[in-house]
Amino acid sequence: MSEALPNLEMLLREALAPVEPPADLIERVESTLESITALAAEELEAWELAAMRDPRNWVRPAAAIVAGSAAGGALIILQARRRAQHSPDGLALARDAAEHALKDLRREARRLLRVR
Amino acid sequence: MQDAGIQKSKSQLDAEFSELYRAHLRDVYSYAYYRVGDHHDAEDLTEQTFLQAYRHFERAQRESNGRPLRPWLIRIAHNLAANLYRDRSRKPASPIEETTTLAAPHTTEQLVEGRDELSRVLDGVRELPDDRREALIMRFALGMDNREIARALDRSDGATKVLIHRAIKQLEGIVDE
Repeated sequence: MSEALPNLEMLLREALAPVEPPADLIERVESTLESITALAAEELEAWELAAMRDPRNWVRPAAAIVAGSAAGGALIILQARRRAQHSPDGLALARDAAEHALKDLRREARRLLRVR
Repeated sequence: MQDAGIQKSKSQLDAEFSELYRAHLRDVYSYAYYRVGDHHDAEDLTEQTFLQAYRHFERAQRESNGRPLRPWLIRIAHNLAANLYRDRSRKPASPIEETTTLAAPHTTEQLVEGRDELSRVLDGVRELPDDRREALIMRFALGMDNREIARALDRSDGATKVLIHRAIKQLEGIVDE
């Protein structure tokens, strides 16, 4: 490496200083995560109970996962629509995430049918 | 993580994810900002990164064998950003230092303002190939070491060391032009 490197690395540290996330982003992400984690929490807690030892009880918690995935996807889509006018790229990102959520939904639904 | 085969409760996983989120929000946002060069896209990318991370958190913990999860988070952001550019077939919308519609005080603009040498460095970073630019963002904006960067980019430690060395050498040539 050349002698100029230490100086360049110092400049890089200054030029690429960490960026503090805006307050509204923090609020937005936390709100979304809280919504998603709360949606199916009650059902999923039931999943952890001793009743889960009985395969006949597996159907309802699996449905809770499906509901959680779908609700998460719905939230993403709603948020994307709200922000689309400000950031068209946000819609593309949100659409990708929603598509993943729908894939989960289909997978869980197939699993549910097998259990039945 | 499922140490000794013990399944964690959902509430425990949620608490651990919250901890991960608080610890690395700035890292993910910084990476996103320097990667896409646009404040709004960086916000969307950050949000989508944590949503996707939440969905796969349990598996990531299980497979990490106790290693830090920051490279995994950055890799999610990296993949989402790559998908964004692949879908749109375009590069960052606006140069980093030309972004003016920031919703929060931004250290980079303040630092770069009136500092021609820093502007030249940022210009040079933008000219680098994607993998070299990303490696420098991870190293200098996030302070990641070679091993973390290697995990984030799915490369070996040795290949990552070479990548960073070449990125700096190339940048040096650009800045000195």
